[in-house]
Amino acid sequence: MRFSSIAGQSAKNAFRSKSRTTLTVIAIFIGAFTLTITSGIGTGINRYIDSTIASIGAEDVLTVTKISTTDVEVADGPQEYSPDQLQAETMRPGPGQGSVTVESMTQADFDILQSLDHVLMVEPVKAVTVNFIEGPSEVPYIVQLGAFVEGMQLTLAEGEQLNDASSTYEVAIAESYLDALGFSSAAEAIGKSVDFGFDDAEGNAQIVSAQVVAVTQPGFGPGADNAVPNAALKDALFAAESPSTLSPGEQEFSTATLWFDVENMTTEQIDELQAEIEAAGYNSTSTADQLGTFTAVIDAIIMVLNAFAIIALIAAGFGIVNTLFMSVQERTREIGLMKAMGLASGRVFLLFSMEAVVIGLLGSLIGVGVGMGIGSVVSNVLSRTVFSDLAGLQLVAFDLTSVLTVIVIVVSIAFVAGAFPAIKAARKDPIESLRYE
Amino acid sequence: MSNPLFSVRNLHKSYGTGETRFDALKGVDLDIYEGDSLAIVGKSGSGKSTLMHLLALLDRPSEGEIQLQGKETSTLKGRQLNAIRNSTFGFVFQQFFLSPRESVLENVVLPLKIAGVSSREQKVRGMNVLEQLELADKAKNKATNLSGGQKQRSVIARALINNPSVIFADEPTGNLDSATGAKVEDILFDLNKRQGITLVVVTHDEELAARCSRRIYISDGEIVRTEEVAA
Repeated sequence: MRFSSIAGQSAKNAFRSKSRTTLTVIAIFIGAFTLTITSGIGTGINRYIDSTIASIGAEDVLTVTKISTTDVEVADGPQEYSPDQLQAETMRPGPGQGSVTVESMTQADFDILQSLDHVLMVEPVKAVTVNFIEGPSEVPYIVQLGAFVEGMQLTLAEGEQLNDASSTYEVAIAESYLDALGFSSAAEAIGKSVDFGFDDAEGNAQIVSAQVVAVTQPGFGPGADNAVPNAALKDALFAAESPSTLSPGEQEFSTATLWFDVENMTTEQIDELQAEIEAAGYNSTSTADQLGTFTAVIDAIIMVLNAFAIIALIAAGFGIVNTLFMSVQERTREIGLMKAMGLASGRVFLLFSMEAVVIGLLGSLIGVGVGMGIGSVVSNVLSRTVFSDLAGLQLVAFDLTSVLTVIVIVVSIAFVAGAFPAIKAARKDPIESLRYE
Repeated sequence: MSNPLFSVRNLHKSYGTGETRFDALKGVDLDIYEGDSLAIVGKSGSGKSTLMHLLALLDRPSEGEIQLQGKETSTLKGRQLNAIRNSTFGFVFQQFFLSPRESVLENVVLPLKIAGVSSREQKVRGMNVLEQLELADKAKNKATNLSGGQKQRSVIARALINNPSVIFADEPTGNLDSATGAKVEDILFDLNKRQGITLVVVTHDEELAARCSRRIYISDGEIVRTEEVAA
């Protein structure tokens, strides 16, 4: 018997008992629907995290600080002062934000780091502060400057990514500042000029103007509630704010950014590099480190939700077992006849297991379809209401792989469930079956 | 005379072991020649159905041998057995065994479907055989809507579709009234005479048996009498 005619016959057989098949399909549908929604939530949240990762830091970047020799521990209570220490606010966004005590780094430290294998470039993070930002509304507002390193992707509402190579002073401002600065829309702000007020090294108030090239959306990234300057603007501010008496080699920094050769490195080599940096007396943090625990927790939650959906599917699987056992019982004589006429046992097995696959496929297609429909609607409503502060978050999102995975999982469960009755059918003795009244 | 189609020697078949052991056949010797019409006659439980099942290679004997066209059958593998049953044998059953919700044509082409013949060829050959049995106009009807005689003619059509050399008929007229039964008998014996298809009929109906060229009477698993009538 040809495979195509077996598949056709199985599909036909599945609908011989319409009500029974419909009920089983509904059971499968419920499981497939749940699995679609839970995996959709997983996809949605992880996609959101991925998009914010790009704005937190580039993949080929480590943030390096020098471990304090007097007190290696992270500050947990009052600490004794040491003249070498810098109280630096970490750049680390999200959970675990706080202050750690680090030692200052100079050009000598950067040279050590630069000498390590796979390190492409080490640059000090120039900590600059401004007193205020002022736009067309001519009212000054307090603002923090976000850190931007080459390779980051800001989550943009409008405009283009900052250009670090440009000599023009560029800035990306957060959406939340638009009204205050006197812009009616994000589009209107692009290309306009804003002023930053700061104190120079001598304590004199100064003003610098920069062009708005981007408006950022709220999220995890440095553009969340800040203004983000490009390299030209940052360097200018840094130069103006640093005491001119210090030569470049004497300048002290709390944090450095280290670029490594990510394309030619394995994950193990990256781990080794981090270990080497640690051995040299520095502390390094990668983007993955920063988000690691966060994604792990979310993955665990999604896994638990998926487990519930799988339990529903297993229950539905027993429905398939039941349906097919009845079907085998009813068709005993037909099986006997076909075997007498020379149908191989393997084909009989296929005939019944394909029937289970048809039921599984039908249930999963409807489940996935309805799940995607309802998931998208709910997610759109939620992102306009509950999650409106987290722009770009689609709670339930779908990609082809995860949707296909759901279908494959459901059909596999159906096949396994159908295997038991199918084996029973395949083993039937044609003579006994034909005698069966 | 040519070599026999079936050559059966010292055929034993028993079910169960120990005290529950039941000997259905106790040493049967039998030759069936091509073009024969053989009636296996006996009461229920005599072993006549067991003999037919063994001849039709649906079951394996406990002892003894069955040669088909000069070849020993006990050494055949499942796949070869399936192929022989599919292409060499045709089956006609008392209870018809038609799938009630499928059309007559679909029922009739089942052996071709099992053999993996293309659906176009299935249809052509199916319609040919239905025409032969004057059922062409019923091809699209559901099997359940046929009369008893039409059902049995469909079953014969199904048995004929693979151009078998042997048709095994198990009480072919058992479920039919005598007039319809006679017509079905005519068809079977006509096939035997005109197309030379060997007919093996299992029955307890003396009248049907009388139309066969040879009759063997079975009782308690043994052939008790053989009658040969020059056809």
